[in-house]
Amino acid sequence: MTTLTTPTISSALHVRRLPAWAIGVTAAGAVALSVALFSGLGLLGGGPVLTAVGAVVLFLVGLSVVSTVVEGGRAARNRVATALVYSAFVLALLPLVSVVATLFGKGTGRLDADFFNHSMRNITAFDANGGAYHAIIGTLEQAGIATLITVPLGVLGAIYIVEYGRGAGLFILAFWILIVSPHLSPNGRPFYSGFAASLALSVLMLPTVTRSTEEMLRLVPAALREGSYALGVPKWKTILRIVLPTALPGIVTGVMLAVARAAGETAPVLLVALGSPRINFDPFHDPQESLSVYIYDQATSASRYAPARAWTAALTLVALVLTLTVAAKLLSRRNTLNKGK
Amino acid sequence: MAKRIEAVGVSAYYGAFKAIEGINLVMEPKSVTALIGPSGCGKSTFLRSVNRMHEVLPGARVEGRLTIDSQDIYGRDVDVTAVRRLIGMVFQRPNPFPTMSIYDNVVAGLKLNGVRRRSTLDDACEKALRAANLWNEVHTRLSRPGAGLSGGQQQRLCIARAIAVEPQVVLMDEPCSALDPISTLAIEDLISELKNQYTIIIVTHNMQQAARVSDRTAFFSIEKTGDPGRLIEYDETTRIFTNPSVKKTEDYITGRFG
Repeated sequence: MTTLTTPTISSALHVRRLPAWAIGVTAAGAVALSVALFSGLGLLGGGPVLTAVGAVVLFLVGLSVVSTVVEGGRAARNRVATALVYSAFVLALLPLVSVVATLFGKGTGRLDADFFNHSMRNITAFDANGGAYHAIIGTLEQAGIATLITVPLGVLGAIYIVEYGRGAGLFILAFWILIVSPHLSPNGRPFYSGFAASLALSVLMLPTVTRSTEEMLRLVPAALREGSYALGVPKWKTILRIVLPTALPGIVTGVMLAVARAAGETAPVLLVALGSPRINFDPFHDPQESLSVYIYDQATSASRYAPARAWTAALTLVALVLTLTVAAKLLSRRNTLNKGK
Repeated sequence: MAKRIEAVGVSAYYGAFKAIEGINLVMEPKSVTALIGPSGCGKSTFLRSVNRMHEVLPGARVEGRLTIDSQDIYGRDVDVTAVRRLIGMVFQRPNPFPTMSIYDNVVAGLKLNGVRRRSTLDDACEKALRAANLWNEVHTRLSRPGAGLSGGQQQRLCIARAIAVEPQVVLMDEPCSALDPISTLAIEDLISELKNQYTIIIVTHNMQQAARVSDRTAFFSIEKTGDPGRLIEYDETTRIFTNPSVKKTEDYITGRFG
């Protein structure tokens, strides 16, 4: 590069900027060099992952050198930091993309009508058909009942902690976990049922719902509560009509995270609902399947047809949770006025 | 309609900290009383004591006697919500309810206190918005969110919300400090109109504003940080600003204080 004769502190507002094509050229050069070094010469053992990592590192180094020479140190640091942030984002996205791609790659094999309206009753290891109808019912009922139990308890608990309790938050949480959860836990129950699974799942969901609701309630500005009190509105009505609606979108997000967690839970359901190949609509009697237990069953089954069913069930579970989350978000948004208009 | 507020020996605490001490004030009906003084002298604390908003904060309490038309505000059998319905309040920063439309914001006090009839609410909404000089600007978009209005409009919306429940007294805690001069002018005009119906007590840091809008002015001050605020002088606004009887008042008003 050429030598620069810039003064240490310039009063000029216009500085030299790296043209957009120069970044492209640097990137292309980094990729080419990395491919040549790691894939071509087999440096450090080579391989596609090393090539990709090498390309990113070479790009960062090249960008910093080019930018320092042309634009100066501050701009170079900015460019490198920006590039790092983007790389981190891509890195964080990789596992998600990988999971979704795997699910779609392997899960679409049994994505047929049979899968959604048949159970596994009378399906032997030599039958290619069979479905997860009974498991979908189980998941919906168990997670649904668990949500019905958890949301009132969790939201009311959070309201107590934020609005009424004075530093009793930890106590309440400990109370729930230590005193109440053993009673809700299914250890003492004599028979397997979906409801037992719901109770177990609600114990699991309760801390998540309570904590996230607590945080959301704390975010509601005190000025809104005072505005309501100043109108002569009682405290309980202020909470119900002002505080909760304001915090609703955040509470819904917390609840949906808990639902997703509960729907994906296998062990408690396996222990107390046992799992079953039959369709069982009644959550209060007899063993019931859930999608996660179904995946576990099929993934460990000896049948050559089972893995395809397990993958499709996994895809179904993800799609189900996604649909519920999107639906809940849309519902909660409908009640909140759009500020943009 | 408007009622007289009388304070006798009122002190207010935040936990162990005494914020104001021994305040004696009479605020006449259908007049504007301005509370002025340096920051931290307890003007807002006193104002919040009047409609029992002070006790909302944990550990805060009030001593002494506060009456509205000789009824004790702090009486044992007094319903706090009834006091606040009688004595409305407008805050420093506009605080419209973000989940509500303009219409719902205005009638929030009525709706949340059990008024259901649509025609009653419609009438109250229009009346309050007209009184707050906001009707012409918003009547075509009452279903839009209240938070979408400009700062000055939001503050007038909050005033409309406060007067929609038909209080007897309106407390204003620096209602114009977050607003530009034009919105301030709109609110000051509004205050002079509201004076015909309500008792108004306004806290302000703007002495021109106190001189412009108020009939009587109370000057609060503190000796030094940590001391409770005291009432230094209370008189006709014209007297306070032209010929105050206490040296300290004169110093503050002429800018030789603090």
